[in-house]
Amino acid sequence: MPAGNELTILTAARTAGLIAAGEVSAVEVAKAHLDRIAVTDVHVRAFLHVAPDSALAAARAVDEQRAAGQPLGPLAGVPLALKDVFTTVDMPTTCGSKILAGWQPPYDATLTGRLRAAGVVILGKSNMDEFAMGSSTENSAFGPSRNPWDLGRVPGGSSGGSAAAVAAYQAPLGIGTDTGGSIRQPAAVCGLVGVKPTYGGSSRYGLVAFASSLDTPGPLARTVLDAALLHEAISGHDPLDSTSLDAPVPRVVAAARNPDVAGLRIGVVTELSGEGYASGVLTRFHEAVELLESLGAKITEVSCPHFDYALPAYYLIAPSECSSNLARFDAMRYGLRVGDDGSASAEEVMSLTREAGFGAEVKRRIMLGTYALSSGYYDAYYGKAQQVRTLIIRDFAAAFEQADVLISPTTPTTAFGIGERADDPMAMYLADLCTIPSNLAGNASMSVPCGLAPQDGLPVGLQIMAPVLADDRLYRVGAAVEAVLDQRRGHPLLTQARGLDSAAGDTGEAGR
Amino acid sequence: MSSAATAAGAAVQVPFDEAVTRYEPVIGIETHVELGTAAKMFCGCPTLFGTEPNSAVCPVCLGLPGSLPVINKAAIEYTITIGLALNCSIASWCRFARKNYFYPDMPKNYQISQYDEPLCTDGWLDVEIGDQVVRVGIERVHLEEDTGKSLHVGGATGRIHGADYSLVDYNRAGIPLVEVVTKPIPGTGALAPVVARAYVTELRDLLRALGVSDVRMEQGSLRCDVNTSIAPGGAAQWGTRTETKNVNSLRSVERAVRSEIERQAGVLDAGGRVVQETRHFHEDTGRTTPGRSKEEAQDYRYFPEPDLVPVAPAPEWVRRIAAGLPELPAARRARLRAEWGLSVLDMTALVNAGALDLVAETVAAGASPEQARNWWLTELSRRANEAGLELGALAVSTEQVARICALVDSGELNNKLARQVLDGVLAGEGSPDEVVAARGLAVVTDSAVLAAAVDDAIAANPDVAAKIRDGKIAAAGALVGAVMRATGGQADAASVRELILARCGADSR
Amino acid sequence: MTGVSITRAEVAHLAKLSRLALADDELDHLAEQLDVIIGAVARVQEVAAAGIPPTTHAAELVNVFREDVNVPSLGADAALAQAPAAEQGRFRVPRILAED
Repeated sequence: MPAGNELTILTAARTAGLIAAGEVSAVEVAKAHLDRIAVTDVHVRAFLHVAPDSALAAARAVDEQRAAGQPLGPLAGVPLALKDVFTTVDMPTTCGSKILAGWQPPYDATLTGRLRAAGVVILGKSNMDEFAMGSSTENSAFGPSRNPWDLGRVPGGSSGGSAAAVAAYQAPLGIGTDTGGSIRQPAAVCGLVGVKPTYGGSSRYGLVAFASSLDTPGPLARTVLDAALLHEAISGHDPLDSTSLDAPVPRVVAAARNPDVAGLRIGVVTELSGEGYASGVLTRFHEAVELLESLGAKITEVSCPHFDYALPAYYLIAPSECSSNLARFDAMRYGLRVGDDGSASAEEVMSLTREAGFGAEVKRRIMLGTYALSSGYYDAYYGKAQQVRTLIIRDFAAAFEQADVLISPTTPTTAFGIGERADDPMAMYLADLCTIPSNLAGNASMSVPCGLAPQDGLPVGLQIMAPVLADDRLYRVGAAVEAVLDQRRGHPLLTQARGLDSAAGDTGEAGR
Repeated sequence: MSSAATAAGAAVQVPFDEAVTRYEPVIGIETHVELGTAAKMFCGCPTLFGTEPNSAVCPVCLGLPGSLPVINKAAIEYTITIGLALNCSIASWCRFARKNYFYPDMPKNYQISQYDEPLCTDGWLDVEIGDQVVRVGIERVHLEEDTGKSLHVGGATGRIHGADYSLVDYNRAGIPLVEVVTKPIPGTGALAPVVARAYVTELRDLLRALGVSDVRMEQGSLRCDVNTSIAPGGAAQWGTRTETKNVNSLRSVERAVRSEIERQAGVLDAGGRVVQETRHFHEDTGRTTPGRSKEEAQDYRYFPEPDLVPVAPAPEWVRRIAAGLPELPAARRARLRAEWGLSVLDMTALVNAGALDLVAETVAAGASPEQARNWWLTELSRRANEAGLELGALAVSTEQVARICALVDSGELNNKLARQVLDGVLAGEGSPDEVVAARGLAVVTDSAVLAAAVDDAIAANPDVAAKIRDGKIAAAGALVGAVMRATGGQADAASVRELILARCGADSR
Repeated sequence: MTGVSITRAEVAHLAKLSRLALADDELDHLAEQLDVIIGAVARVQEVAAAGIPPTTHAAELVNVFREDVNVPSLGADAALAQAPAAEQGRFRVPRILAED
C-alpha cells in the first residue's frame, strides 16, 4: 500500500480509486499532502492559507461515507488547492491583496460548495496575482510563488499558486481562474494540464470578479484525465449566476478516455507564432504538430487576422470591467480601512485605503479601465475593443469551419525569472498573447505539456482550442498527445522537475 | 451683473404671477417608484419597510466580493405594466448598465440601472386640470436598484452638512426602483406648478391602481425630482434647467416648481444666468438651495452590465400583460362621470376632495350617486374637518353610509334623524340599524301616536286651529312645529301637515 | 509609441475618479507607464469596424430571471461581522462630503 510521499505522486483518478476501494483512507491521503506542504511550501510558497483541520474533517467525512457503504463520487477524498479568489466560509479569502487580508466571507462560492459536495478535500487557498491580474504571481501582495522546475522562476499567473502546488505534488488537483490565460499559461510553464472551459460552463457566484465577461474557473492537474474529472465536478448551470450556461456539461471524461484523433481536422493559427516566440517553444510546438499528424489528424494552417488585435482589445475590456468590479473595495463594509482618524471624510478614507491596499498592477488597470470608459473616450477605446471582440469571434467561427480544433503554443516563452518583467507591464502582458483570443470569444481552450525546451529544460505547453461547448474535443486531442509523449518519455514529465531536489530532498524519485 | 444676482442664497425673487407674465416655464419630472415585489431586484431578500437594520441583506445586495445579480422577473413584469399603462413602446431587447460612482450607500459603488436601452419609451399620460387636459409625454420608464439609507450623526440638522460620521443600513439597497421620466413639458405658463402636482398625483393614482407599489411619498416609495427652466416669452430656445430634489409631498412638488420659477426669474431679471445645477427643496421655507457644487458634471462611465444578459420580453408576454391591465384612473373617472351624469367641474371637486373612491363605493353599496355625493361632500366633509381627519379616516364605512341613504329613501328616517344616526355611528355606537334601535330614532309612522300628537297640538293652540279652519292654511306650520317637537323630530313633517289640515276640517289644497 | 497618449494631469484626474490617493512619485511613474500602455491598446482603432456590432458577451443568453420569492437573508450579525466599524446595527462610515 502506498504511503507518505508515494501517495502524493499519484494521480487524482488513482487516489480516488484507492480510497473507494478502501486500500487507503482519505485521512491518510490528506495527511500525506499536508506533510508535503509543510516540507516544501517554504520554498514553493504556493499557499496563502493551509487549513489542516477542515481538510482532515472533510477527509474523515469521506472515510465515514465509505464505511457506511454510501457511494463515493469520482473525486471523493482527493486533495485540492483552491485559488484564493473563491469565497470559503471556513478559510480567509484574500485574492492575493492587502485590501482583503484576513477577510472571512460569510458564504461559500458555488464552486466551493460543489467541490465539498463531491468529497474533494480542500487543503487550503493558493497564491495568485492580486485580483487575478498578472502572469507570474509577482503581483501577489504576499510574495510570489515559485516554479517547482526552478525556484528562481515564476510559476506563471495569475493561478500560479495552484499550478505550483500541483507541480510540487502538494495536491493532485488545483482550481484556477482564466481571464486572459491565467490557468493555461501557468500550466504551460509548470508542465501541467490546465483548462479554460467554455465561458459560463462553471459558476462565477463567489468568484471575486476581475473581468466579469471573461473570468472562467477551471482545472489544473498533472494528467488530462484528472483535469477532466475536475472539469465535470465543477461544471453545470447555477441559477445564482446569470451568465452560467444552461446546457449539459460536455462529456470531457469520456473524451479523455478516447484519445482518437484520426481524421480530426487540426488548424495551426498563423498569427500565433513568429517573432517574440522563444525558439525552444516553437521547436516543441512543431514537434507536437508532427505528432498529431502522425496520429492521423489532418493539419491545416488557418489565419485569424484579428488575433493580432486581441491583446490590445483585452487590455481595454478587462481593465474596464475591473475598474468597476473593484470599486466596491472602499473600506466601508469589509476589508482594510486606512486613515479613519475621526476627521477624514469617507472619500479620503476610501482613497487612502485603496492606495494602501492595492498593488501597482491593480492600480494601473483600474485607471486604464476608468480611462477607457470615460465620456469622450468610450467609443474609441472600450467600444472599439468590443467591436474587435466581435471580429475575433467571427475569426474563430470561420476557422472552425475549416478545423475541428485549433492549436498554437500556449505562451511565447518558458518560465521567466522572478523579477525579470516585474516593472515592465507591457512585457508581462505578452505572456497572454496566445491565450487571450479564447477568453474574448468564450470558447474552450486547454494547455497540455508538449515537452521541455532544449535550451533551458523548462516545460512548453501546447494550446488546443475548441468551439464553444465542444470542450470534449480538447480532452480528446490533449489525451492523445499526452499518451504518446508519456510513452516516448517512459515516465511522467513532472518527475523531471528538479527545482525542489536540494530544497525538499525528495521530489519525484518515488514516481518511478 | 448686479449684486443681487451674484449674492449667494437670498437673491431677489420675482413674485410668481409677475414672473409667468414675462417668462415661459418648461418643466420635467423624474419619479422613482419602489416596486412592491416580494423580493429585491437582484436577490431574494425581502422588501419590507421598517425592519431591523441590515437584517434584510445578503451577499448580493450587500455587494460582497464574488456576488452576482439575477433579475427578478416580477420586477420586469411590473415595469412593463407601468410602461403599457403609460402608453409606451416596450423594448424588444434591452440591457442593464452600470452607473459608476462612489457613495457609501451604494454597496458596489455602481448602481445597476438602464442607460441607453430602457425597457419602455415614448409614452404619455393625460392630466386633467379643471376642464383642460394636458398630455404629458413620457420619455422613458426604466428599472434599477435602490440604494441603502444613511443616518448622519453629529450635525445640527441630521443632514450631511456638519455631520461627524454616518450610519448605513442596506435593507433598502437592491429594492427594485422604476424611474419614470417625462419629456419636457412646455406651454403650461402659470399653471406649471399645478400641472406638475397634478401629473405626480395622476401617476401615483395610476401606479396604485396597477398594484405595483404602495406609492407612499412620506415613506419614500414614491420620490420626485422636478426640473424647471424658464425663458423670456417668445424666446426661440428653452432656458437652462435646474433639478430640484428632496421633494417629498405633492404639495412640495407644486411649491418647488413655483419657487424655482420665482428664483430663476429673479436671476434673469438681474441680468444673470441660471446655473445648471441640482438644488435641494426645503419644506420649511418653501425655497430651494444649491446642492454642493461639483467641479464638473458627473461622468458615470456607463457600460452594459456584464453580469447580466439582455432582457427580450416575448411579445406574447407583453400582450398578456396588456390584456390584464386594470381600469386606469382616468378611464374610471370618465366612466363614473358619465354614469353619474356629472359635469367636469363637479367631478373635479369630488376628486379634489379625495371623495371619489368613497362615493363610488357608496354607490356600489346601493346609494344613488346624488345621495352619496351629497353625504360625502357636505355632512361627512364637515365632520372630517371638525375632527381634523381625512375623509377616509372617518369611523363610518361606505356600506354604512349607503344604509343610511336607504333608510331615508324608505322613509324610516328623515334627514334630521339621519344626521343623528350618523353621529351615533361615528361615535362608535354601532351600525346604522343598531343606532336607530338603540336611540329610538325611527320616523314615527304609528297613526294613533301621530293622531294623538296632532290632537294635543290643536287642543293647545285653539286660535291657530281656528285660523286654519277659516282657510289660513299657512298657519298649519306652527302646529306642524309643535307636533315635530312633541315627537322629538321623528315624524314626517309633510304627513303631519296633512293630518293637521284634515283634523281641522280644512282643505289641504 | 511616439507622442503623448495621456498627460500626467489626466492621470491625476483618473486617480481621483478611482479614489486612489497616489503619492507624487507614484503618480509620475504610473503616468509614464499608462502613457505607454494606452499608446499600445490604441491599436484597436486601426481596425476598420464600421457596422460591426460590439460584443458584451460571447454567450448569447437572454431572459435569465429569478422568481419573486424570498430566500433567507444573512442576518444582521453576519452582515456586520466583517465591518471595519459598526454602531446601532449599522455600518459606521466616516463623514460623507457629497450630497447624493
